[in-house]
Amino acid sequence: MFSLLRSMWLTFLHAFHKRDTIQYPEQKAILPTRWRGRIVLSRDPDGGERCVACNLCAAACPVDCISLQATEDETGRRYPEFFRINFSRCIFCGYCEEACPTYAIQLVPDFEMGEYNRQNLVYEKKDLLINGQGKYHGYNYYKVAGMAIGGKDKGEAENERPPVDVKSLIP
Amino acid sequence: MATIYIDNTPFEVPTGKNLLETCLTLGQDVPYFCWHPAMGSIGACRQCAVKVYKDENDTNGKLFMSCMEQVRDGMRISIADPEAKEFRAHVIGWLMTNHPHDCAVCDEGGACHLQDMTVMTGHNYRNYTFDKRTYINQYLGPFLNHEMNRCIQCYRCVRYYKDYAGGKDLDVFAAHNHLYFGRAEDGVLESEFSGNLAEVCPTGVFTDKTLKQHYTRKWDLTMAASVCHHCSLGCNITAGERYGTLRNITNRYNGEVNGYFLCDRGRFGYEHVNSVSRIRKSLVRSNLPEATDKLTALQAAAQAMRQGSVIGIGSPRASLESNFMLKTLVGEDNFHHGVSDTEHDLTELSLKILRESNAPTPSMREVEKADAVFILGEDLTNTAPMLALAVRQAVRQEPLLEQVSKANIPVWQDAAVRELVQTEKGPLFIAAPTITKLDALATQTYFSDPDAIARLGFAVANIIYPKSPGVRGLKNDDMHLAQQIADALMKAKNPVVISGTSSGSEAILKAAANIANALIAKEKEAGIVLTLPASNSMSLAMLGGHRLQSAFEAVENGYADTVIILENDLYRQASEGAVTNFLKSCKKVIVLDYLHNQTTEHADVLLAAGAFSEADGTLINNEGRAQRFYQVHPTIEDIQESWRWLGELGTIVAHDQISWWHGYDDILSAIVKEHPEMKGIEMVTPPSDFRIAGQKIPRAPHRFSGRTAMRANINVSEPKPAEDPDSPLSYTMEGYRGQPPSAMIPFFWAPGWNSNQSVNKYQQEVGGHLKGGDPGIRLIEPNPEHKFSYSAAVPEKFEPMDGHLFILPMHHIFGSEELSAQAAAIQERIPEPYIAINTDDALRMKLDEGQLMPFAIDGNLYQLPVKLSPTIASGTAGLPVGLPGVKFAELPAWAILNRELQWKQQHQTTY
Ligand code: SF4
Ligand code: SF4
Ligand code: SF4
Ligand code: SF4
Ligand code: FES
Repeated sequence: MFSLLRSMWLTFLHAFHKRDTIQYPEQKAILPTRWRGRIVLSRDPDGGERCVACNLCAAACPVDCISLQATEDETGRRYPEFFRINFSRCIFCGYCEEACPTYAIQLVPDFEMGEYNRQNLVYEKKDLLINGQGKYHGYNYYKVAGMAIGGKDKGEAENERPPVDVKSLIP
Repeated sequence: MATIYIDNTPFEVPTGKNLLETCLTLGQDVPYFCWHPAMGSIGACRQCAVKVYKDENDTNGKLFMSCMEQVRDGMRISIADPEAKEFRAHVIGWLMTNHPHDCAVCDEGGACHLQDMTVMTGHNYRNYTFDKRTYINQYLGPFLNHEMNRCIQCYRCVRYYKDYAGGKDLDVFAAHNHLYFGRAEDGVLESEFSGNLAEVCPTGVFTDKTLKQHYTRKWDLTMAASVCHHCSLGCNITAGERYGTLRNITNRYNGEVNGYFLCDRGRFGYEHVNSVSRIRKSLVRSNLPEATDKLTALQAAAQAMRQGSVIGIGSPRASLESNFMLKTLVGEDNFHHGVSDTEHDLTELSLKILRESNAPTPSMREVEKADAVFILGEDLTNTAPMLALAVRQAVRQEPLLEQVSKANIPVWQDAAVRELVQTEKGPLFIAAPTITKLDALATQTYFSDPDAIARLGFAVANIIYPKSPGVRGLKNDDMHLAQQIADALMKAKNPVVISGTSSGSEAILKAAANIANALIAKEKEAGIVLTLPASNSMSLAMLGGHRLQSAFEAVENGYADTVIILENDLYRQASEGAVTNFLKSCKKVIVLDYLHNQTTEHADVLLAAGAFSEADGTLINNEGRAQRFYQVHPTIEDIQESWRWLGELGTIVAHDQISWWHGYDDILSAIVKEHPEMKGIEMVTPPSDFRIAGQKIPRAPHRFSGRTAMRANINVSEPKPAEDPDSPLSYTMEGYRGQPPSAMIPFFWAPGWNSNQSVNKYQQEVGGHLKGGDPGIRLIEPNPEHKFSYSAAVPEKFEPMDGHLFILPMHHIFGSEELSAQAAAIQERIPEPYIAINTDDALRMKLDEGQLMPFAIDGNLYQLPVKLSPTIASGTAGLPVGLPGVKFAELPAWAILNRELQWKQQHQTTY
């Protein structure tokens, strides 16, 4: 009997608690930054496209909803010619983000992607590419990699010696 | 056989091999870099270390490089020993100190031996934090990309390029930890086999530049077993597709044919499939618009067939099935070979020789093992490239057998063997119209006109076996050479005679046949190899059919008025005037092809045929080996195999046989029924209802990505994957995961082995035959009972003609073959047209290098820049065959010059 009354009392007290329910959509939820929502492609600190079209995200994706084609600019910098995510298939598992060696692909705290037409859930690069670094600041893959690209020649990456002089015998 | 103990488990293994290959054959994973099954061991990378114990009481053991240790009976080794493991992890750690952080942008990634070995050894994290060494890359031509930073100094590239393929312009430079693998300066790699560097190099230093232009990871390719269509050798290739275009060609190991390598024509010629001149829609010229759907095109073709009397022109580059279908559709009497009459006769003669000789025709693997070679009239590097590579190995045979086995050095001890052999070479004799790339290896070369080559050949045969007819009036020098060649061939255990159709001389072929049979008569294990003009010339010859000229006559005389031309540009087979005249006289011209050309312009109905990667079919190579090529990817437009077009056409016109054939397998059975000689082609690959555990064989690797997104831009609902009715292969990654039968392996992959080196796991023993036997079935075997009748057609001495030059065909690996000449990368390597004339002749005609020389062959006028050649025989000249900008001429032929050229006086002055 007592426990019954106690439960009723506690339930009654809830009427005076702060509401957990949010008046969505008038009111927006604050999501943690690690929330796995809409996927973006970010840019490196210099503003260049971070994605180097390595295909690792596509290979990691358990539902195979990422497809892209690599290409290169005239300086040898590789980037995706097209980059497509079919969000009607995506399960927001985040594997793509984990696989990405350049921090290009990131899942961001946004889930408002509802569409009446499923076709609209197919995002192309223009829909994915953002104008900033996203969650991970400072990393610039091409500054670490050995490939020469425009503005960074051989031997100019981090931890690199100047190119070997093949004709020299000096150690 | 010997017993060895690997981690205390006993194994029965053959002796004479090294430990590394033995372990790999047993299915053990031992990492390695510098060892290559085709090139042996040098012990340079220290990656393959294992523990070797003295006896069962030895618990410490010693680290040995397994690639440098010979298998001994009772040997005890350990791969799993912690010390050995740590050593291997350290070695790779050191190799990786300077390796750049490139995997994401490296074309090797996903098919990289270095990645595989790094994972295998467990070197997961870099602990080297200092600066890395860097290099400036080189431009190496249109085929290969260079990224020197990635080098791990295994030396495979230079060993392959210089030692194995005989290249001169790739080397190792600098010293200590600054080694540089490249050319002395930027420039196009000269070797015709340079593309193999992309597979030989275990890292991403050398990668396929054509792949780079539409880069796709190996795991994303849809692949199928295919056969190279660019010459008559039929090398096995794997073709990969993505997003509807062909992406690359990689080697498909066949222990009897091409082994681990391909030539650059075969590797980079594939881009013709993606070329802008592809026919993607069928056309009916009387309709507007011309481009039309499949049914309209078929109806138009069927109507043309019903209203006319039809002849068919087959093709030496179309599959056996397509040619057979055409032959059945138009009837045996109306089937013509779409090749020049010279080519027709030479190919038929070659087949006759192979059928009637007592000498077998060896596979390329057997040619590599020949200990004496005599080449008559062929420039192999340009007509049958991989055979030239095989001959390069053959010249090492004699020293290997003689010196190396006496010195008791195992043949895989590459450095020691090469040290011992130095530049010593086995007997190789080359008789050709002019210099060839193999000359540097030859014991003796002989440059002369085709008749002289044939006469030399007949003389050799006569010396070996006097019943073979002799030659009258041979010069002393030539007689002496013939004697030398005969002696060398007789001294060898298994000599091989190589000739072919490229010189356009029947006499040379007959001479070659005489020599091979003379050797057999003397109880030598001799062989004869004949190269043919095109990838499927052998099929045409075996099917039989009339000449092209008689097709022209049939229309001219009104016996026929409608023609079906199968995958053939007639302007490459007969003179321009004759072909135009023929096509104009036909009431209707039906053409099936996949590339626009001069012939397709005349088509009233043009049916869009599938290129090799969009078709199933069989090719029969010069050796008589029938090999199947599989369709790589489904076609989106109304593109289909020519045999399917013709089959549908046959069904519409209610052809009494064709209407009953319902699939690929039915066609094969019909071929065998019609041509009992081809019995066996139905067993080249398993039938289309073959399944393993009820499953199909997947064309795509299990990591294939993007399939719910790749077509989502067109429609977000994925269509059902295309079905393949012709083979047990699926177009997706679903299906049986294990190893399929050898003839249908879509790609090589094994757990932990993503690069092509996974082929180890598919072989009976490393470097040997594939499990289940090498693909292809040989259809022609010599009959020892048959009494070979020696040809007595010894030609007379060649006499030059005043005011004329005798024009000989010159072949070029890049440019002479129709399809590969449409590939962008190959196009960069096609030489400019020229006319090669003897230096003395040029002097007499007051012509200098590069000056234009006008001449006429068969009424066709030519004007080409002169190329001086000191070797080409006086009175003859060389005209490149098939190069863009060189009109067809039936060669060899006399050309009329418009300047004075008197031979009589010359005889007095020079001799
Ligand atoms: S979140 Fe998961 S399902 Fe979505 S694209 Fe990335 S890997 Fe694929
Ligand atoms: S893993 Fe990253 S860099 Fe690689 S393709 Fe995907 S987004 Fe681009
Ligand atoms: S370039 Fe490649 S094959 Fe040559 S030494 Fe370096 S890693 Fe080895
Ligand atoms: S040798 Fe002939 S068949 Fe072999 S890869 Fe070269 S062109 Fe193709
Ligand atoms: S493979 Fe044995 S040392 Fe390189």
